Amino acid sequence: MSLRSDLGRVRGLGSANEGTAHWWAQRVTAIALIPLSLWFIYSAVTLVGIDRAGFKIWLNAPGSVLLMTLFVIAIFYHMQLGLQVVIEDYVHNERNKIVSMVLNKLVAVFFAVSSIIALIKVAFGG
Amino acid sequence: MSTGNRPLSPHLQVYKPQITSVLSIFHRFTGVVLAVGALMLAYWLNAAAYGPEAFERTQAFLAHWFGKLLLFGWTWALLYHLCNGIRHMFWDACLGLEIPQVRASGWFVCIASVILTLLAWTAGYGMLGGAY
Repeated sequence: MSLRSDLGRVRGLGSANEGTAHWWAQRVTAIALIPLSLWFIYSAVTLVGIDRAGFKIWLNAPGSVLLMTLFVIAIFYHMQLGLQVVIEDYVHNERNKIVSMVLNKLVAVFFAVSSIIALIKVAFGG
Repeated sequence: MSTGNRPLSPHLQVYKPQITSVLSIFHRFTGVVLAVGALMLAYWLNAAAYGPEAFERTQAFLAHWFGKLLLFGWTWALLYHLCNGIRHMFWDACLGLEIPQVRASGWFVCIASVILTLLAWTAGYGMLGGAY
């Protein structure tokens, strides 16, 4: 017999074995993405049809690399959280579910890190 | 825990679409679409890091009508997901949970996302000075 109350179980791990950490991280990244997305759309509009030299000039302007890096981290983190929920909802086979959840995380990290390295190369390279 | 003989929720096929359910499905759908857009952003940044030719090719693809269609779709998807995400935050704060308010905010999100998308694209074409 478990001595834990239902409330304690829900506050702690619950059926998903993770408590509210996932939900909370999704909301924190969402809050960060409100200003970052609006800034990104504004920037994308100013960058329409730009060549690489122009892109580098824009990236070297104050704040661009910082905000782009934050934007990339926030979108790939938020993307991974969201896709995980989609996988949990639609992939019912336990083995496929675990494989897709691991792939989801690894792919998100791969694209986030490669984007940040690319930003650094363009901003500080030749 | 015994669940007893509970009624099943209606199957989606026989459930009348309502603004509440349709916008909820749109939120997930635009999220998945934006995941593909995030990969395109990563590709675009890596093309810039690879060199001017690779970047030119990517820019040429995006300037093609199909590339523009993708960008237009991603613009709306991002603005819809953003507006509807803010709607979710109001709900998290226990605000606007009455059904008439939920319907009104839903329509507001639809209209706001379309207007913002058109604004962004008008501004984008303005940047080109009619070059396209």
